[in-house]
Amino acid sequence: MPSRRAPARAPATTARWTRNLGSMTASRVASMHDAIAELVRDGDTVAIEGFTHLISFAAGHEIIRQRRRDLTLARMTPDLIYDQMVAAGCARKLIFSWLGNPGVGGLGGIRRRTEGDGPDRLELEEYSHFGMVGRYTAGAANLPFYPLRSYFETDLPKANPLIREIRSPYGDGTVYAVPPLRPDVTIVHAQRADAAGNTQIWGLLGCQKEAAFAAERVIVVVEELVDEAVIRADPNRTVIPGLIVDAVVVEPFGAHPSYVQGAYDRDNRFYLDWDPITKDAAALDAWLDEWVHGLDGRAAYVEKLGAERLAALRPAPAPSGIVDYGRYS
Amino acid sequence: MTEAAFSKNEMMIVAAARELAGQRVCFVGVGLPNIAVNLAQRTVAPDIELVYESGVFGARPQRLPLSIGDPTIVTGATAVTSMHELFAFYLQGGLIDVGFLGAAQIDRYGNLNSTVIGAYDAPRTRLPGSGGACEIAINARQVFVIMRQSVRSFVERIDFRTSPGNLGGAEQSERIRREQGWLGRGPSVVVTDLALWRFDDTGEMRVESLHPGVTLDQVRETVGWEPKDAPPLSTTPPPTAEELRLIREELDPGGAYTS
Repeated sequence: MPSRRAPARAPATTARWTRNLGSMTASRVASMHDAIAELVRDGDTVAIEGFTHLISFAAGHEIIRQRRRDLTLARMTPDLIYDQMVAAGCARKLIFSWLGNPGVGGLGGIRRRTEGDGPDRLELEEYSHFGMVGRYTAGAANLPFYPLRSYFETDLPKANPLIREIRSPYGDGTVYAVPPLRPDVTIVHAQRADAAGNTQIWGLLGCQKEAAFAAERVIVVVEELVDEAVIRADPNRTVIPGLIVDAVVVEPFGAHPSYVQGAYDRDNRFYLDWDPITKDAAALDAWLDEWVHGLDGRAAYVEKLGAERLAALRPAPAPSGIVDYGRYS
Repeated sequence: MTEAAFSKNEMMIVAAARELAGQRVCFVGVGLPNIAVNLAQRTVAPDIELVYESGVFGARPQRLPLSIGDPTIVTGATAVTSMHELFAFYLQGGLIDVGFLGAAQIDRYGNLNSTVIGAYDAPRTRLPGSGGACEIAINARQVFVIMRQSVRSFVERIDFRTSPGNLGGAEQSERIRREQGWLGRGPSVVVTDLALWRFDDTGEMRVESLHPGVTLDQVRETVGWEPKDAPPLSTTPPPTAEELRLIREELDPGGAYTS
């Protein structure tokens, strides 16, 4: 499963990459085990994006299971999945803009690694949301920086010297700049893709598109594998083209306990239950043993959760209207 | 008519929601702002456009969103956008009338901290961080703040400035905002569990009204500076039965925000 992009990354400021275009219809379907084994390497910068919605817990768990080390984990909102990956020893650094268990509380696995001066202290590189979005956008567009009007008169540039004030070349004041973020691997969960990796998402889009285009390698994890004709019938819904996708993994309920619009709701009980677990290092380790190391993949996780719990998360239907693209032959 | 019993948090949410009367486009922050704007949409501001940083314009949530990324803000919304579009075009482009924020610390000029208590490199408490709060404070036309007041949260000096308010005072704030081309005019109201504050000509917040049963001494005891007040102080009208019903039966039946 060679990367479709140049194997060696040019320096970010002069990035120039060529894509080794293969057949547009070749199957990229892989097992989660194989996708992670071949595309995620020790020391990589990994972005598992998804803003509350579509968070690939399944991929995070496989990374833990395969014991990747020294990862730089990028994500706007490091929440439970990064708490689990940090507690499991996968990470040396976090790049982020909001850190917590949304609506519930803190993340003990990460907190314990950010206190004190121990050798395994987690490095933090902190932005605002717009700054993170801008970093991925610059990475995707092959730009040396992204300009934005955030950060004036705040302490964020002091906390992170990579946030820098720059003068407009047109003489109309200053703005702040953030550097491009070019993950080695971006992992995106989505409703559906075809075998070539053409991926459709509806509901909150977060910054998955930007993070995918910015990355050297892309893994897409989907609820459902569909025919190419399904994609082509609604091209406006395609967020990520197969052109930049290295692997398509089919993993129903792969985003649990986060949600997939139209398929299942957030399992809020899980987020509440996480609070006492994350506060206790031994309880967190025991959870990882039981739910990650003790299982061989997502199918086993889904079976262990039980059909009843998952059925309760299914929303009532609210289908979109149908648009007519017209036939122009 | 005897008034229904209500909690301090319910009073805070109701007073904050009422401030949204007449506002058109509101950017909704995490936590307390979320319930306040959802109450406003059901009471004083039925036509308000709710904007969520997760990429939603014109949300019509059918249940109280558990977070600002809840699927209920998508179904039935006017538009779902990428976060880039949301931050760049809607917020930085100047379409947001009110940014509604909470915070862990505030100073007398309405500068906010949601990043860290203690030193950044050796925190006593690590908070979630900016999220969108930094850019909301700079780009929204005005900022409403909702937070519980205590000597730990209303402080002489915040430990980290995540979101700029009136900086060191109105004169400096207006000059810098003008020179640097900010669209935001800064904070205009702070709603707490005890009182409603607005900002005077110097850029400092002063008590405008006390919630029912609250004394000025109680307010002073929960603020880390000598607060100004503008007599005669009014009393915030208590929650109506309908406002309480909406909070208790529709928006927060579990009491997550109000207990």
